[in-house]
Amino acid sequence: MLEALLEYQFMQNAFWASLMASVMCGLVGVMVMEKKMLMLSGGIAHTAYGGIGMGYYLGFEPIWGAFFFAVPAALVIGRIRRDSAARSDILIGLFWSIGMALGIMFVAFTPGYPPDITSYLFGNILAVLRQDLLFTFYLMLFVVFAIASFFNYWKAYLFDEQFASIRGVRVLILENLLYLLIALTVVVLIKVVGIILVLALLTAPPFIAAALTDDLFKRMGLAILLGFIFCCGGLWFSYNHNLSSGAVIVLLAGLASLLLAAGKTIFNQLYRNMAE
Amino acid sequence: MIYGEMAGQHNESPVLEVRNLAVDYGRLRVLEGVFLELKDRDFLGIIGPNGGGKTTLLKAVLGLLPITRGEVYVYGKTPHANRHLVGYVPQQSEFDSLFPVTVAEVVLTGCLPPGLQPFHRYSREDRERADHLMEQMGIYELRRRQIGTLSGGEFQKMLLARALAVSPRMLILDEPTASVDVNARNQIYYLLKKLNQQITIILVTHDLMAIASHVRSMACLNRKMHYHGEPELNEAVIGELYGCPVDLIAHGIPHRTLREHGNGED
Repeated sequence: MLEALLEYQFMQNAFWASLMASVMCGLVGVMVMEKKMLMLSGGIAHTAYGGIGMGYYLGFEPIWGAFFFAVPAALVIGRIRRDSAARSDILIGLFWSIGMALGIMFVAFTPGYPPDITSYLFGNILAVLRQDLLFTFYLMLFVVFAIASFFNYWKAYLFDEQFASIRGVRVLILENLLYLLIALTVVVLIKVVGIILVLALLTAPPFIAAALTDDLFKRMGLAILLGFIFCCGGLWFSYNHNLSSGAVIVLLAGLASLLLAAGKTIFNQLYRNMAE
Repeated sequence: MIYGEMAGQHNESPVLEVRNLAVDYGRLRVLEGVFLELKDRDFLGIIGPNGGGKTTLLKAVLGLLPITRGEVYVYGKTPHANRHLVGYVPQQSEFDSLFPVTVAEVVLTGCLPPGLQPFHRYSREDRERADHLMEQMGIYELRRRQIGTLSGGEFQKMLLARALAVSPRMLILDEPTASVDVNARNQIYYLLKKLNQQITIILVTHDLMAIASHVRSMACLNRKMHYHGEPELNEAVIGELYGCPVDLIAHGIPHRTLREHGNGED
């Protein structure tokens, strides 16, 4: 694969996309896990499908459609969650399915041959283009800056939102910013692993990192590293065996998580037996 | 607001004033017609059944939830305007004990400046202050531990240290002894008693013993304020509050005794 990486532009693009996606999903994934917003992130990803369909229908780049659906959806879900007693899983379920339905409708209305939407559903990291990279780079820069510059505030907010609010911290800004960061990350991940598989990259690296360290900062770093390993490993394997890159990346991440969970259980059992 | 300006100038004016407060959760009225007045360095104990609105009252005083009717003044201003004067110790059950944060980091969040300062770092004074408070609470040795490894008492002392890092003039505690052993409970009450020499304390508790021996005034809350005054528990108040006989603490000076109530006495 190394020769391919040196030789082919699309391999280099895939490499950089993997790196940037890993940075975003490592940082945001850890926060999402601590705030228990995983399903919300899945909901935003699927809502974005409506935007992808709209892009095809109206003839603009579908990932921009995903962007313009995901960001308002995230902020609106946040707003409703905050202001009403509505159960958020119901709200997320509604956005999830309505977004998908809209996407299907738009695609159906698109004249001519139906476009191939599988690359958005399951991702195709080898199809990442130069302009996608630039777009991803700016989004990553924004995410890194937003998290690094308010790191102490994020820590306080994630741990105890109420106390932070009494302290006079602008909790509302942090909350909306978090929704925005989730939406941006989801849009980038759609390119890499696809809508259906976004949850895996938001879950597996933070989950494994959480088992390895009790420090928020290290946990984010570790999650980035793990995400990068999964993306590159999956890319390499899928390239050599001519498989769908998104699916291989997710299977790799999922397998590692399951192995870790199983290993932990066995280790704890052994430890208990030893202690007895 | 004339009232607010006056309150700041006179020492005798109430530090907390709640007038005819009502709070709704959706269609459910949780608090109704609550009046409360606290003087400087008062030590108020609030008791009442679960779901009786104790935590809701605290949150109204902290400005954390919208009130339906009535007025709340903290040091003569709205709770929002004067929340920097208040330290809060929430219920332990509200926390995720697996969160990746150490004891020292939690206490330091009490020093976090308001607003959002980009690239904020805790100063050396902040750290010394947090260290000092942890020493005072007897948890300094635990400062590098992840919070999930703490016992109930240690966790409460950490929350107390964080609340004090704010330099509050009023301390609000929500069931600080709920999952705490007797030894740590006594230490916490001892600390509160010492703190009370300088600051006003509001304590929500199910611990009637604490009411009897530590607080200066008492409030009984079950949607409405059933009693507010001297910490004298009598059967009428308790009966109305809990709707059933409970173990009562009778005040005998200098000793206290627990009096059993049979079911037949109802």
